[in-house]
Amino acid sequence: MEPLRRPLSPCSSRPSSPRSPPCETSVSVGIEAVLDQLKIKAMKMGFEFNIMVVGQSGLGKSTMVNTLFKSKVWKSSLPGLATPTPQTLQLHSVTHVIEEKGVKLKLTVTDTPGFGDQINNDKCWDPILGYINEQYERYLQEEILITRQRHIPDTRVHCCVYFVPPTGHCLRPLDIEFLQRLCRTVNVVPVIARADSLTIEEREAFRSRIQEDLRNHCIDVYPQKCFDEDINDRILNSKIRERIPFAVVGADREHLVNGRCVLGRKTKWGIVEVENMAHCEFPLLRDLLIRSHLQDLKDITHNVHYENYRVVRLNESHLLPRGPGWVNLAPASTQQLTTPAPLKVRRRVQEDPKDEF
Amino acid sequence: MAVSEESQHLKRENIRSLSMCGHVGFESLPDQLVNRSIQQGFCFNILCVGETGIGKSTLINTLFNTNFEEHEASHFCPNVRLRAQTYELQESNVRLKLTIVNTVGFGDQINKEESYQPIVDYIDAQFEAYLQEELKIKRSLFNYHDSRIHVCLYFIAPTGHSLKTLDLLTMKNLDSKVNIIPVIAKADTISSELQKFKIKLMSELVCNGVQIYQFPTDDDTIAKINAAMNEQLPFAVVGSMDEVKVGNKMVKARQYPWGIVQVENENHCDFVKLREMLICTNMEDLQEQTHIRHYELYRRCKLEEMGFTDVGPENKPVSVQETYEAKRHELHGERQRKEEEMKQMFVQRVKEKEAILKEAERELQAKFEHLKRVHQEERLKLEERRRALEEEMIHFSKRKSSCDIFLNQSFMASGSNIKKDKDRKNPNFM
Repeated sequence: MEPLRRPLSPCSSRPSSPRSPPCETSVSVGIEAVLDQLKIKAMKMGFEFNIMVVGQSGLGKSTMVNTLFKSKVWKSSLPGLATPTPQTLQLHSVTHVIEEKGVKLKLTVTDTPGFGDQINNDKCWDPILGYINEQYERYLQEEILITRQRHIPDTRVHCCVYFVPPTGHCLRPLDIEFLQRLCRTVNVVPVIARADSLTIEEREAFRSRIQEDLRNHCIDVYPQKCFDEDINDRILNSKIRERIPFAVVGADREHLVNGRCVLGRKTKWGIVEVENMAHCEFPLLRDLLIRSHLQDLKDITHNVHYENYRVVRLNESHLLPRGPGWVNLAPASTQQLTTPAPLKVRRRVQEDPKDEF
Repeated sequence: MAVSEESQHLKRENIRSLSMCGHVGFESLPDQLVNRSIQQGFCFNILCVGETGIGKSTLINTLFNTNFEEHEASHFCPNVRLRAQTYELQESNVRLKLTIVNTVGFGDQINKEESYQPIVDYIDAQFEAYLQEELKIKRSLFNYHDSRIHVCLYFIAPTGHSLKTLDLLTMKNLDSKVNIIPVIAKADTISSELQKFKIKLMSELVCNGVQIYQFPTDDDTIAKINAAMNEQLPFAVVGSMDEVKVGNKMVKARQYPWGIVQVENENHCDFVKLREMLICTNMEDLQEQTHIRHYELYRRCKLEEMGFTDVGPENKPVSVQETYEAKRHELHGERQRKEEEMKQMFVQRVKEKEAILKEAERELQAKFEHLKRVHQEERLKLEERRRALEEEMIHFSKRKSSCDIFLNQSFMASGSNIKKDKDRKNPNFM
């Protein structure tokens, strides 16, 4: 005979919200040590970062990646004569593990040779969107298994760097189409490539026109305004947003300038120093991607873009007459998901009421 | 050894190790992670299981150096209840949301068979809440208040002999659901027999297959100290918020006529070790174990209960969709069957009712006929009697008329006689 089960305790099974304000512990209890524990755990596990570079050939994407991570990520940055420019858009990924001061980073770079190179570039964004969605799909399938792995391998694209050719005028239709579709699915950071062909004034004018174009077409690039959590974030990100898109120059050769060894491009009229803020804005890009916002890029990918994808996938059968709670998880064909639903922008914490005017 | 394993793993996945010729700057990654965690705040949930009056609340107060408002619990609760309270603590820039769950009335009942069940139910309820949130379509896991129990402090009474049966039973039921750290409460009552008691307790736990939480020894920085602490389990603790002057300092202690037991003195009790292990060194690991081991186990059991599997009967991977499809067909079929059944029952009932009504109708009709016939007969009878009567009347009137005629005739014949008679009669009158 089964014994009677007692009912759950009368108070709610979720603990009640705190009634008193946070108490300061007078003598150190040691809660701070949890930060060290976190660090140790993170160093042991290592970090992962997946970046995608998109742009027409010859804009210096591979060189830029090499410069960012100060190593030969791609075996050769100049396309040799043996490898012809691809006829269709291909996606090409390499993964490396780099280590700095005990911190291990597993870096995956995805290149897109052939983007925008054809005569008819219609729907050239489809393979890219398909690839990004495929990574989300892979993560989703791992997440819904019954017996899950301890640590689900994260191959989702955290950041997509889009190279805008330095025409000096404004964004082209191809750029606008691509950015519109992509900014809903992934964090996009547009940069002005080969900025050494523009003077400072031309650069500023180009930048403001691009910013205007982005505003007019409602393209929300990283860092997105709606995810700013507090006033400090907003100040920091506004400064960045003023300078987007960064005008960058890539170089992987070192030259001697004033006795120092710097990365730069040597031309007949001078040496363009990559890491000199007066010459180009490469340091800003590097700081954004690696030194300050890497964790944030990953968080937004995980909490917003991946969740949006998941909602769309789990709701896909809403057209069919099913009951509530129906979840159709058959693997989707890429055709269905290349034009995603409008971005449901969500905040990480409560909205700041002062924001809405 | 670990390095070569890793490099083999990398080779398998076709990943190159790259060397950089300059400073890139991602050593700040752990700091970025820490910053984000500081912004989000931390969350820690402790469950205290032990008899009433064994010193659970005092120990928690002492551990976190704060007087959480708790009044003494009564000993007369009819069954075990769990009371959860959340507090927000802040230390420099770290915010901690601490939830203390106390068992009220544990060990007080006369019949303690069901004592552990409310605890198990509570822990399962927290896992269930998290699982529900995770399975939602529109979910917000990043600002979900995690209420799963990260550690269970099990308070053992300092008898000096061995574990009580209730303790053994409860711990056996809890060890697969939560990280258990056993502590010997009120350790100032046993001092010399402490070591023997500890050994006895640990051997009992091991004999009975109870899996208590082992501090992790895989990370080099803390492996040594954790291993040493593992040897010292269970910790013998004394709790006190009262301050007593010892030497020229005020320390937390319990004052007896024969001496002062100092809480933070390592020679007197293991309180400092407990605090260090619980909070300073392993808080993160406790949370991780709860999520990776206990929660995943619960999730797997729950989903398998609902009928989901990863691998079908022929060992082929089964997707979640197929299971849903199958379940839906099953439920749909059952519903249709039930509908059919109800329809048939309905038809049958209607038929029965119809038959009854028809029967009644027939009966009524028969009665009506019968009455009609009876009525007819009566009428006929009456008719006959009337006719008979009428005949008699006619006959009588005939006789009367003939009699009248006869009387008239006789009157005419002897009219005077009658007059004389009449006269004769009259003088009698006068």
